[in-house]
Order: sequence, then structure tokens, then C-alpha cells
Amino acid sequence: MTVEIVIAGRRTRARRRAIVVTALAAGVLIAYAVTLMVGQTFYTPGEVVQVILGQQVPGASFTVGTLRLPRATLALLAGAAFGLAGVTFQTLLRNPLASPDVIGISAGASAAAVFAGVTLGLGDQQVSIFALVAALVTATAIYLLSHKAGFSGIRLILIGIGVAAMLNSLINYLLSKAAAWDLQVAMQWLTGSLNGASWERVLPLLIVVLVLGPVLMSVSRSFGALHLGDDSAAALGVRTDRTRLLMILAAVALLAFATAATGPIAFVAFMAGPIAARLVGPGGSMLLPSALVGALLVLLADLVGQFAFGTRYPVGVITGVLGAPFLIYLLIRTNRAGGSL
Amino acid sequence: MSTATLGGRPTGAAALRRPVGVRLAWLAGGVVLLVVLFAASLAFGARDVSLDEILAALSGRANGVGEAAVTLRMPRTVLAMLVGAALALSGCAMQAVTRNPLADPAILGITPGASLAVVIGIAFFGLSSSYSYIGVATLGAAVASIFVYAVGSMGRGGATPLKLALAGAASAAAFTSLVSAILLPRVDILETFRFWQIGGVGGASWDRILVVAPFLGLGALICLASARGMNSLALGDDMAAGLGVRVGRTRLLAAAGAVILAGAATAIAGPIGFVGLVVPHLCRLIVGTDHRWLIPFSALAGAALLTLADIIGRVLTRPEEIEVGIVTAFIGAPVFIWLVRRQKVREL
Repeated sequence: MTVEIVIAGRRTRARRRAIVVTALAAGVLIAYAVTLMVGQTFYTPGEVVQVILGQQVPGASFTVGTLRLPRATLALLAGAAFGLAGVTFQTLLRNPLASPDVIGISAGASAAAVFAGVTLGLGDQQVSIFALVAALVTATAIYLLSHKAGFSGIRLILIGIGVAAMLNSLINYLLSKAAAWDLQVAMQWLTGSLNGASWERVLPLLIVVLVLGPVLMSVSRSFGALHLGDDSAAALGVRTDRTRLLMILAAVALLAFATAATGPIAFVAFMAGPIAARLVGPGGSMLLPSALVGALLVLLADLVGQFAFGTRYPVGVITGVLGAPFLIYLLIRTNRAGGSL
Repeated sequence: MSTATLGGRPTGAAALRRPVGVRLAWLAGGVVLLVVLFAASLAFGARDVSLDEILAALSGRANGVGEAAVTLRMPRTVLAMLVGAALALSGCAMQAVTRNPLADPAILGITPGASLAVVIGIAFFGLSSSYSYIGVATLGAAVASIFVYAVGSMGRGGATPLKLALAGAASAAAFTSLVSAILLPRVDILETFRFWQIGGVGGASWDRILVVAPFLGLGALICLASARGMNSLALGDDMAAGLGVRVGRTRLLAAAGAVILAGAATAIAGPIGFVGLVVPHLCRLIVGTDHRWLIPFSALAGAALLTLADIIGRVLTRPEEIEVGIVTAFIGAPVFIWLVRRQKVREL
């Protein structure tokens, strides 16, 4: 009897998961298509497909091929990367609030990118490298600083908050020294924007997502075990330290490349995981659903930011305004539940 | 956790009762240090000034470039001292009220709340006077602190350091992102706000100091008056109530003082972080945990720290300046990390 209930429950969850993932994937596809079609001029799906297939369509070839396609692809990839990175940290630290934008890793990447882009005036590729190195260094520093008589997620979060405060003031300093004409560009960049989308920006991110996404998914079995706590995971045969290191490195790299390409689009890394968890329900890996949720969030927010208001807002403003109340709601809920906080 | 066990310092009566002579000596030392820093702040800057010139300027004989520089640096130095003292007092009171070693106006999201209020005021209500900034900033600080404390103290265990810090960091992130949402399309106010946001005392003038001084004085008086109450709060609510202290009223009063101080300081100098965190801890090591000593001493040390930070910011990249808020973040964040490392995980 009980076995049947367990099996039935598992089947229900698997079905729900399949439905949710399919629906999310469809949503991402639709949002992607709409981003390609809608704009100053509207192009039919047929024209868009023709452009993607490489045929010459007067007008559409330039607008869709050169302007909208990189933008939409960048939104998709950055959203997925932020979602993956965020949910990885949240799972590792067993705390939904422990997303990279709260614990200072995004701030590290941003500070380096502002330094490279605004202060040194370097190009896109060097900026990406700076952001990557800085994100890795920040993550390592936070990890090492929080390592005292063993690993503690709580200590890591608090130290991350301190590091974030320091890095944010560094960003402010760099901005205060920036010339006025760089300022708005830098501010846009700091909130996250897809305006600079080009294939040169998309390509490195595409490679990173295609390589590291599967890597993360492949360790997702251990992922679930880590959620049980270090000791239980070790008892289940998971090499906790190695798995954790691998996952942190992958997440940091995803985050850094996405940040370098679009700026830290506010709260996507933070929101994707919890939303995915709410949709999918308990059990199973949250990686794929989170990546889809992240991509969907960025695509939709960009559509809203571009067309919903008189002025065009960068995507990060929209996600920020959405994310801020959600963050606080989550905080209240976690505290009410008396969770692991 | 109670103040008495803070970081394994001497506990109980031993910490509470440092000899009065020692304390007086430290207090005198603090005053001397402050005077020295005052002179140094007048002397150093883009152009160094000699002691003779300072004395000449102080006695009203302003006829050279040096004397003119001193006259210009005077309001700035005074403002740095006032703001430093206010932030330190505010942090001290917050740590007592929340019984939380990590409490600081910036970490708890209170200064970002004040920033948001000011930005809303500038952008939508066209505020431009110092008075209105202070009112709005204090209002924002009050709303933010009530909010953060309410969120942080929900659930099991009440307001633990971790929950409060997370609630503060999360709210700060939320407020900051709302600030940029308001600012980005408004290029006209972006430039004004960017310098206000960093936190500096460079734009000081006697007029603005006079506007903010009554608020700072009021907040400081409230904090001083509730020093005894803060001592009892450190014992825990039940014990304090048992000793006949009206816990709710004491806490509310001290919190009001802290919020007024943080709001007014933020209104005039922008959000300056970590002074409120670092100074009380430092002072607790020196004069012990008795708030009747800790509060005046924190004010003194806060004034000294911010003046020092301002001098460092002026001297480090001469002839340019680093805003004082940036210097304090770089002094304060390592101390914050050190404090976190010192705590036992269980206590977080």
C-alpha cells in the first residue's frame, strides 16, 4: 500500500516536472520568437525564419539578422547562465538568499568590468577576461575567508555581504572618476542591459553555456545529495569537497561571462531558482528549470522594458523592480517558515 | 546573544566596570587625538598649510592662500566630525537595541532606505532644500529600519545576526535597484545624485551644518538619555523587565535616536558605511560595555575616525580626492569580516 503511494507520488511529480519543463521551454521559444518579430517594424514568422535560414529579405535581413537576433540570443543565454549560476549557489549554500548578487561575486565582476571598460577604456573581450578573473578571485577570497574550522554556509554569506559592500564602494569610486559621458553607459551597464548585443559578445557566452551547462547537469545527482548536508552526502558516496569546488567554478564562470556580456542583470540569478522550485515542486534537479526560468525572465523583461513604456528601459531596471519585492517576499517566507536561517 | 559575551571578552562585571581613572585617561586621550586630527584636517589637502597659517586663520587673519584654504577646510572638518559621531552613536544604539554585533546603519539597509527616499523626493517632488532632504531621509531611514527589523525578526529565534544582516542586505539590494530604476531615465538628476550617493563631506558649508545640527543634537541626546536602558537591554528582555525596565519603551526610544542620527547624517553627507559598525566594537574593547561610557566615547571615536578617513582620502591621490564613504568602506569591511570570523557559527 505505502509503496504504491510512494510510486504514485513519484510518478505525479515526474509528470508535473515534465509538463512544467515543456511549458517553460515553449514559453522561452515564444518569447524568443516575439523578440525577433516585434519592434519598430513587424516581421512575420515566415520572414524571420527566412532570415535565420540565411536568405536575403529586404529590410528584415538587417533588422532581424543584425539587430534583433544577437539581442534575443544574448537575452536567452545570459538568462540561462544567471539562472544556472544562481541556483547552483543557492543549492550549495542551502539558502535561497545566497545568490551571487547578494554575496558579492557579481559585485566583483562588475567592479572589474567597470575598471576595464570605463577607467582603462578596453574593448569587450578584455572586459570579459577582467570580469572572469575578478569573479573567480572574489569567489575564492570569500570561500577562503569563510573557511575556519570547516566550511560554513552562514559565515560565507555574511562575509560575502561584507565583501559586496566594499566592492560596491569601489564601483562608486570608479564611477565618480568617470567622465560624464561614460556615466550613463556605465550606469546602464551596472543595472544590466542588452543594448550592446553583437555576435562577438554572444559567442563566448554561448560556448561557456554549452560547455558548463552539461557539466553542471552531470553532477546534479550529487547536487541533490549535497542538499542533505555534507555528512549525509559523504555517506552517500559523494566527494563533497570536489563536487562543491567543481560546481562553484562552473557557476562562477557562467556568472562572469554573462556579467561581462550584459552587466549584472539585477536579481535574475536570485529569482530563477526559487521560481523554478515553486513551479516544479520538490525533488529532482533544479538546474534545467532554473535556466529556462532565467532565460524567460530576461526575454520578457526586455520586451517590457523596450515596448511597455514611453522611454526604453534597460532590462535590469525591469528585473530589478520585479525582483526587489520578490526578494523581500522570499525573505519573509523563509523567516516565517523558520527555515535553515 | 548578549553584549556580555561579545567575542569572549571579559564578561559581566569585569567588563562593565573598568576603573574610572582608566576610562578618563582614554577619554582625555580621545579628545587630544581629535584636536590633533582637527588640526591635521585643516593642514592637509591639495595644498598643505603650516601650523602658523592655521593659527592665523583661526584668529581671523585671512590674508594668504594658506589661510583661505584653512577657512575652506573648516566647515568640512566640522561636518566630518559631526557625521562621524552621529554614525558611531547610531551604530552603537542599534547594536544595543537589536543585541546584534553586526548592526550598522548601512548593513541593515537603513542608509539605502534614506537614499531611496531622497531620490524619490528629488525626482518626483522636486525637493532641493537641505531641510527637506533631512526630513525625507529621516523618514526613509525610519521606514527602512522598521521594515528590516520586522522582516529580520520573523520566525524562530527572533532577530538573529544572520537574519537581520540578510534582511538588511536584501532590502539594501532592493532599495538600490529601485534607486537606479528611478534615476536611469533622468539624466538631469543623475549627476547630482551620483556625488551625493558616494558619501562625502566635501560639499560642506556652515549653512548646511546649521540645518543638520539640531537633528544630530536631538538624536545624540536621546541616545545619551537611554544609555542606562541600553545596559539593561543587554541582559535580555526578561531580565531587563524583571529589573523594572520598560523594555518596549526603552528600545523604541533608543531606536528613534539611532534612526534620527542615521537619517540626518545620511541626508547631509550621503550614505557612509561601516563607521557605525566599527567604532562601537573598537570602543567596547577600550572602555568596556557600559553604555554610559560607551556612548560618549563612541561619538568621540567616530568623529576621529571619519576625520581621519577624510584626511586619508584627501592625501592619498592628491590633488584629487577620494570620497570619505569609500575610505570607510575599505577600513570597515575588513573589520566586518573579522567580526564574522570571530563569531561562533551557532551564534550567527
